[in-house]
Amino acid sequence: MPDNVPTEPDTAAESAVFTPSARGLIVFAHPALEKARVAPAMLEAASALPYFPVRDLYQLYPDLTVDVLAEQVAMAVSDIVVLQFPLYWYSVPSLMKEWLDLVWVPGWAYGKDGKVLQGKTLACAFSAGGSNEAYGPLGTNRFTIEELMRPWEQTAALCGMRWIPPFVIHNAGDLGGAALAGEGQRYRRWLEAEAAASVRGRG
Amino acid sequence: MDSVLLEVFVYLAFAVVAVPLATRLGLGSVLGYLVAGAVVGPYALNLVGDTQSVGNIAQFGVVILLFLIGLEVRPALLWQLRTVIGGFGASQLLATGFVLAGAAIALGQPWKAALVTGFVLAMSSTAIVLQMLDEKGLRQRAVGRSAFGVLLFQDLAVIPLLALLPLAAMGDATPATVASNGFLAGQPNWVKVLASFGAVLGVVVGGRYMLRPLFRIVAATRLRELFTASSLLLVVGVALLMELVGLSPALGAFLAGVMLAESEYRRELETDIEPFRGLLLGIFFVTVGAGLNFGLIVAEPVLLGGLVVGLMALKGLILLAIGRVFRLSWREAGMLGTALSQGGEFAFVLLSLAASIGALPADLSALLTAVVALSMAATPLAVAAYERATRTRAKAAPEPDGKYDAGTPDVLIAGYGRFGQVVTRILKANGHRTSVLENSVEQIELVRRFGSQAFYGDASRVDLLRAAGAETARILVVAIDDRDKATEIVEIAREAFPHLKILARAFDRRHAYVLLERGASVVERELFEGGLAMAANALEALGWRAYRAERAARLFRRHDLRLFEELRGVWGDEESYVSAVRESSPRMNDLLRADIARLAPQAADSGWDTETRYRELREDKVAEGLSPAPAPSPSPTGGTA
Repeated sequence: MPDNVPTEPDTAAESAVFTPSARGLIVFAHPALEKARVAPAMLEAASALPYFPVRDLYQLYPDLTVDVLAEQVAMAVSDIVVLQFPLYWYSVPSLMKEWLDLVWVPGWAYGKDGKVLQGKTLACAFSAGGSNEAYGPLGTNRFTIEELMRPWEQTAALCGMRWIPPFVIHNAGDLGGAALAGEGQRYRRWLEAEAAASVRGRG
Repeated sequence: MDSVLLEVFVYLAFAVVAVPLATRLGLGSVLGYLVAGAVVGPYALNLVGDTQSVGNIAQFGVVILLFLIGLEVRPALLWQLRTVIGGFGASQLLATGFVLAGAAIALGQPWKAALVTGFVLAMSSTAIVLQMLDEKGLRQRAVGRSAFGVLLFQDLAVIPLLALLPLAAMGDATPATVASNGFLAGQPNWVKVLASFGAVLGVVVGGRYMLRPLFRIVAATRLRELFTASSLLLVVGVALLMELVGLSPALGAFLAGVMLAESEYRRELETDIEPFRGLLLGIFFVTVGAGLNFGLIVAEPVLLGGLVVGLMALKGLILLAIGRVFRLSWREAGMLGTALSQGGEFAFVLLSLAASIGALPADLSALLTAVVALSMAATPLAVAAYERATRTRAKAAPEPDGKYDAGTPDVLIAGYGRFGQVVTRILKANGHRTSVLENSVEQIELVRRFGSQAFYGDASRVDLLRAAGAETARILVVAIDDRDKATEIVEIAREAFPHLKILARAFDRRHAYVLLERGASVVERELFEGGLAMAANALEALGWRAYRAERAARLFRRHDLRLFEELRGVWGDEESYVSAVRESSPRMNDLLRADIARLAPQAADSGWDTETRYRELREDKVAEGLSPAPAPSPSPTGGTA
């Protein structure tokens, strides 16, 4: 339930211009969080930033029925939207695609009257099993991370959003507890920096 | 009659003072009872005359104790414990018996009397040990199981000991006194043996095939006191039967318990008989305390003290050694030795019998009776001391937490009808242990035929919920179809077990609000989900694509749940509830319609005319560049409604 989200997005969006701190949003999808190691470490680190509320899609919608209005309100009031997920088949878990299909509709996200997302920043944050070298023309995955993220880059472009390179944790399976916590802190710093940049970009 | 009542009054009065004191001091209830008995007994204040009349009733506490233990021991478990009972138990009894006999010979007793002494003192006190282990939560641990095996073997061994005692009788004493207290007196030996076998067989077969239908009839009357009466009748009957053929009544009761351990009435039986056990055992301990001969203690303090210490040390050390042989840790073996180091209540019976038939001199019998009683009193102290001594080391190497052994259920389910069965099956299939209570005998019989088990009982009883595992369970699912009863159960369980998370089946929306108010954390309206599924089916039957029909139902579900939350605040007042429903209905309907409109096919198609979209986007950019002020963001609701 979007209880913590203001019901009057108009005033909230305007006030962003005057307040120095940015408002972020993490849209998170992980169908088996209980088995995950990296995602909890990332969420834990991000929880230090209260201006980055998390929408945990698989927890909010166990019946896979996305509440379109609630999701739109949450995005409308934020300056930077970070999609956090584990990389499945070089893409997002299915519920996040469902969320994209249902929430980012014409007349809202793009199109003649769809200007809600304009000027906002869009980014992806995920962990990848392989090393950085595996993602490239010479690696097993043949394409760079950047290339694999092209659909999202284009999605951002169509909606008039600012696209920034994704935050990636490589070799996720091999990380020990301390290294994992370190990566979590790196995530938090990245969120802070990009949130600040997103406000400057809008001004 | 009056004197018995008066005695009981005195016993209870002192127990009520002494027991809380003893438990506060960490010594357990047993010592409290014993001290209370010693104070009021004939050798101290002498507030009661003859302890025999009360003692006889109190002995019955041991019988009930064994019946209850039997209820917890399924035949399969008994078979699993066979090595513990046979190996552990037999070696303890033989080793302790012969070592003590040797000690008695060394102290100058003739060998026959020494043997009797040895084996009589080798017995430990079932009542004291099990009560103590229960209070310390050790019953299900390795120590508890070993102790149980040893005690059970000792109970079995009472039978041959009783038979062999006359052989040890000296000179002209008549052996006819043994097992002569029944109608079998004077019968040839083979008749007695046959009768014993017959009686045991009767208990086993009867327990297996006759008791369940009998309890079924009793349960169908729904009179709680009748159920209690039949339970007591069963235990008393079995005890009488065993006494008649010269077997241990406690053993018979244990057997009857085992036979009922797998029945659906187990929980109810346990709960109904439990209070009698506690009360009668308490009085039993009090009579043991009253039997302490202070005169003898004053006359021979050194001899008595030496004998008690010697007895407990020998028994304890032998058990420590055997425990190590059977792979207990040092700590556990030490605990076992300390806990079982006293003489048992059967020693009193055997000693008085031995004295009466001349197997032991009367003064020796009196001395040994005092030793046994003192060792019983000393056991709680010894165990407390042992625990204190090992506590510091225990911190360094903590034992793995065995509090939740494999059998402890984490989910309680009240009601095993159509609703409860689905819940139970899903939880079990996903690795959770459920404990199910059902109040209808017919329903239990029905699901039994399909291979499921539920326990008979009324889930609105706190004691029954406790017996079913409410103290260790994490959640309680109230799945019964009786509106008022469900409310009652939620209320009662919330108060008695604050740690339990309660999930309740509600009749309708109002009932759901009531349940939430009374302490349920989650409510589920019983026909709501079924109605939604049927609506989706209906849409599909009308030609909708399956996914669209399903989504339409889910969207309705979401809006209804939202309305449910919104109206939660006003449901108590009928007027405002009705007006709030009326007021919010159109708004909810609008929202629902908007949601459904998003599902409409043309919206999805037009969305992907990207060429047009891009042109629009470029036009917008140009327009923005011309205007000095940033364009206000359009309202998301405005864009979609």
